[in-house]
Amino acid sequence: MIPSPPLAFVPQLAMTEPARAALTSNLIVGALLVGLALAIRSIRKDDVWREAFQQVWARRKVPVVILGLYVFVALLDSVTWVGASGALEDQVAAHEARSVLDRMFTGTTEKSYSAPFATQEFYDASALRHPRRHPLGTNILGQDVLYMTLKGARVALLIGGLTSLIAIPLALFFGVSAGYFGRRIDDVVFFLMNTLASMPSILLLIALIMAMGRSTLSVCVALGVTSWVAFCRLSRGETMKLREMDYVHAARSLGVSNVRIVLRHIVPNLMHLVVITFVLMFSGLVLSEAVLSWLGIGVDGSWGQMIAQAKDELSREPAIWWNVTAAGVALFGLLLAVNLIGDALRDVLDPRTLRERG
Amino acid sequence: MSAVLEVKDLRTTFPLAGRRVPIVDGISFSVDAGQVLAIVGESGSGKSITALSVLRLVPKPGRIDGGRVLLDGKNLLEANIPAMRRVRGHDIAMIFQEPMTSLNPVVRVGAQVMEAVLLHERVSKAAARDRGLELFRRVGIPDPVARFDAYPHQLSGGLKQRVMIAMALVTRPRVLLADEPTTALDVTIQAQILELMRELQRDFRTAIVLITHDLGVVNELADEIAVMYAGRFVERGAREAVLSQPSHPYTQGLLASMPSRNEPGKPLYEIRGVVPGPDRWPPGCRFCDRCDEAIDVCRDTVPGPVQLEPGHVAWCHVVERARRGGAQ
Amino acid sequence: MLAYVVRRLSYGALVVLGVLFFLFVLFFAVSTPDDIARRAIGDKAMPEVIEQWKINHGYDKPKWPGPGQWSDNLLVEHYRRMLTFDFGRSDADGTPILDRIAKGAGPSLALTLPMFAIGLVIGLTLSLFVAFFRETYIDKAGVFLAVLGMSVSVLLYIIAGQFLLGKVLKWFPVSGFDPAPGVLWRFLALPVAVGVIASLGSDVRFYRTVFVEEIHKDYVRTARAKGCGEGRIMSRHVLGNAMIPVLTNVVMVIPFLFTGALLTEAFFGIPGLGSLTVDAINANDFSTLRSMVYISALLFVVAQILTDISYTLVDPRVRLE
Repeated sequence: MIPSPPLAFVPQLAMTEPARAALTSNLIVGALLVGLALAIRSIRKDDVWREAFQQVWARRKVPVVILGLYVFVALLDSVTWVGASGALEDQVAAHEARSVLDRMFTGTTEKSYSAPFATQEFYDASALRHPRRHPLGTNILGQDVLYMTLKGARVALLIGGLTSLIAIPLALFFGVSAGYFGRRIDDVVFFLMNTLASMPSILLLIALIMAMGRSTLSVCVALGVTSWVAFCRLSRGETMKLREMDYVHAARSLGVSNVRIVLRHIVPNLMHLVVITFVLMFSGLVLSEAVLSWLGIGVDGSWGQMIAQAKDELSREPAIWWNVTAAGVALFGLLLAVNLIGDALRDVLDPRTLRERG
Repeated sequence: MSAVLEVKDLRTTFPLAGRRVPIVDGISFSVDAGQVLAIVGESGSGKSITALSVLRLVPKPGRIDGGRVLLDGKNLLEANIPAMRRVRGHDIAMIFQEPMTSLNPVVRVGAQVMEAVLLHERVSKAAARDRGLELFRRVGIPDPVARFDAYPHQLSGGLKQRVMIAMALVTRPRVLLADEPTTALDVTIQAQILELMRELQRDFRTAIVLITHDLGVVNELADEIAVMYAGRFVERGAREAVLSQPSHPYTQGLLASMPSRNEPGKPLYEIRGVVPGPDRWPPGCRFCDRCDEAIDVCRDTVPGPVQLEPGHVAWCHVVERARRGGAQ
Repeated sequence: MLAYVVRRLSYGALVVLGVLFFLFVLFFAVSTPDDIARRAIGDKAMPEVIEQWKINHGYDKPKWPGPGQWSDNLLVEHYRRMLTFDFGRSDADGTPILDRIAKGAGPSLALTLPMFAIGLVIGLTLSLFVAFFRETYIDKAGVFLAVLGMSVSVLLYIIAGQFLLGKVLKWFPVSGFDPAPGVLWRFLALPVAVGVIASLGSDVRFYRTVFVEEIHKDYVRTARAKGCGEGRIMSRHVLGNAMIPVLTNVVMVIPFLFTGALLTEAFFGIPGLGSLTVDAINANDFSTLRSMVYISALLFVVAQILTDISYTLVDPRVRLE
C-alpha cells in the first residue's frame, strides 16, 4: 500500500485544520528528538556521565530495552499526516490527521465488546467483522484493545516526559535563584513554595483542572504546578550548600559575575539531581494522571481512562477483564522499567561516587 | 614483659579494577603493656586500615586476607563474631579521628559511655553511671556531672575527644588503638589531649597503638615508632633511634620536611612526587620513584628487613648495601 | 520555645492567607462565576437565569476591592467566610457544606487511621529487616519487590483487591459502610489492607535508604568498636537517628487522614471526606471543592508546624532558634 503524498508536508498547499495540527505535532516531535540527540552528544563527551550511563545500561539492560520499546510505540503514534493510505475504509478518515499506528489499525472496529481472539461479539453472539484478529479483544466501542493500549504509550510519555521537561527547568530556575541570591528573592520563593506545598496535590490538581477546563493542556499544566515544589526545594537547599563551597568563594573574590558562577559552578553540580528527579517524577506524574482519569478529569486515551472503565466492566457477569488487564499491564510495564532505571541511576549518580571519581 | 598485642604479617586487601590490592601488606608489630607504638605515615599509607583490621572492622569491600592478630596468644582473626564483640571495647578499644561525627548525636554522652560498661560487665545502671563519672573526672572534663547528661553537639571538639577517651578506657582495656586522635583539634587542645593520654597510659598501663601523620605528636608520646608507606613498614625502632638516626630515605625525608628542622628563610624541604595509588605500585620498593637514592634493584625486588641495631630495623636496599659495605 | 511556636504559627497563618488568595484566583478569576453558573445550570441558560443563580449563590458582587467597594466584594467575602468557616451551601444540592464535612470526618478517620498506623509499623519493620541484611540477596530481593510495588497504580490495587477478594473469593464485602461496632471492621478490612499494600513499596524503599545511610555514619563504627552487636546498632543507634527524616515523611501524611484516601473511599463506598470531594468533582460543585481544599491546606499547615516542633523532641541538635 503506497500512501498518497501527504498533504501536510507541502507548505504551499492550503492547510486544513487537521493538517495544521499534524504539522505542529510533527514539529514538536522533531524538536524533542533533536533535543534528545544533543543531550546524548553532550553526555558522550563527558567522562563521568558517560560512565554513569554505561553502568546503568550494564545493570539494567532489560528495563532500558523495554523503555525503548515504549518510546518506539509512542513515536509510531506521534508522526501524523493527513491523507489516505489506500484501503476503502480509509477514505472516510482521510481528512483527519492519523499516525502510523492509527493507519496500522484502520478498519478494525467491531460493534462492541469481544473477548481476545473471539469469533463473535460478547453480548449478542453475532459474528465479528474480523474474527480472531483481536489478540486483546475489543472495548465498548468495538475498538481493538491492543490498538488502544499502544496509543496510550504516547499519552503516558507525553504526560510524564513533557510535564517534567517544563516543571524541572522552572523549579531549577526558582530554586537556584532563591538559594544563591538569598534574602528577598529567597523569602518570596520560599513563601510561594510553602503555599503551594500546603495544598495536598490531588486536591490542588482537581481544583486547577476544574478551573482551567478539562483539556490535555490544563492537565499538563496542573501536573506541572503541583510537582515543581519538591525539586525547587531540593535545588534551593543544594544551591545554598554549594554557595558556601570554597571554589565559589574564590570565584566571587576574583570578581566573576554571578551569572557565570551559577551557570558554571552551581548548575552543573545539580545535574545529577536533575536526572534523578526527572526519572522519579515521570512515574509519579503518570500515576497521578491515572487517578485523574479515574476521576474523569484526565487525558483522553490514557491507560488511566481504560482502567477507569474497569469498575463497571468487572462487575458484570461474566466479567470483562481484558480492557483493564491490558492497560494495567502496559502501565505497570512502563513504570517498572522507569523506576528500575531511576533506582540504578540514583545509585550510580550518588554524590559520593561522583566526588570520588572527581 | 610479654607483648599484649602481636600482629604478624597482616594483609588486608581491597578490590581495584578486578584484582585485590593489599592496602595493608605484611605488617608486623607488637606492643607491651604500658607502651606506646606510634605508626606514622601519610594519608593513604594504610595505617587506619591496619588499626581497623586488628578489630576486624574493615569496611566492605575490604577483607583481611592473611596474617595473625594475637591477643594474649590467641588469634583474633580466627575468633567467631560473639568472641570478637567481647574483645571490642573490652580488651581492645579504639578512638577515632573525628569526635564530631564519631558520637551518636541523639544520645547523651554519659549514656554512650555507660553503654560501653553495660555491654561488657554485669553491673547496675547506677554502677555504670558512677564508673562513667569517674572516668569523666579522670580525663579532665570540667563540671563532669552536668556534662554527663549533655548531648555531643553541646561540647567542644576537645571535650568530645575526652569523652571518646573516657568511653574507650572505662572498661580498662589492655590495648587502645588511637586513630589520629588529635588531628581534628586545635594545637593547644592537642597538647592537653596528649598529656592526658600520657597520664592514662602511665596509670592504667594500657598499651597504645597511636596512628598519626604528625611527627610532633610522635615525639610527645611514643616509645616505639613504625614508619609506614604504601601498605608496608619501611622503618621501625625505638623513638630516639628513629628520630635521631633515621635510616630509610622516606623517614629522612619526613623528618627533613618538618618546619622546625628547616632554617628560617630557606624554602621548606619536601619529598618530591606524590604517594602512588595502588595501581601504580612497582613490584619492588614502593618508594623508589620518589627516592633520591634508589638503585636498580629497588624497582624489582621488595627490600627485606635490615637490622641496624637491636630493635631498629629498616626495609631498604640502599641501607642494606651500606651495611654490607661497612661490615666489609 | 514559646517565641518559636508563636513565630511558626504566624508564618503558618501567612501561608494560609496565601493559600486563600491562590484559591480565590483559581476559583474566581481563572474560572469566573459566570462559568460556574453555566456549569451548574447548563450552557444554554438565559442570561437572566444565570444572573439570578449568581445572586442566589452570592457570586454577583464585584471581584476585587476598589473605590466604593472596599469590603463588599468577592475577595473580602471569600476571606471572611473561609476564615470563619462559613462555608455556605453546596453548589450542587444546597446542603450546608460544614455539616457534610463534619459528618464525613468520622468515616474518613476510621479508614485512614488504621491504614496509617498499620502501614507505618509494617513499613518500618520490613525496612529494618531489609537494611539489616543490606547487600545480601534478601536486600536485593526486598528492594526489587519494593520497586515492583511502587510501579503499580493504586487503582490497580483497589481493583484487584475488590475483584479478587471481594467478588471472586467473597471474603469481604466489595463496598459499603456500616458504623455498627461489630460489623464495621468487615467493611474496613479490605480498604485498609489495600491502602497499606499500595504504599508499602515506596515506604520501604524510602525507609531503607534512610537506614542504610545512617549505618554508614561514623558513630555506628564507634558503636561497633565498643562491641555493639548489629541488632543493637539497628534498634538503639540507627533507629533513633533515622527518625528525623522518617518523621518528616510521616507527619506530612496527617492531613490525608482527614481528607481521606479519595480513591479508596470512592471505590469502597465509604461516606467520608474523600467521597465528598469526588462527588463535588462529578457535580462541578465549586463551593464544596473550595472548602475542601481550604480545610486540607489548613491541616497541612498545622501538620508542618507539628513536624517542626516534633523535630526538637527527636533531634537534640535542633534548638528552637
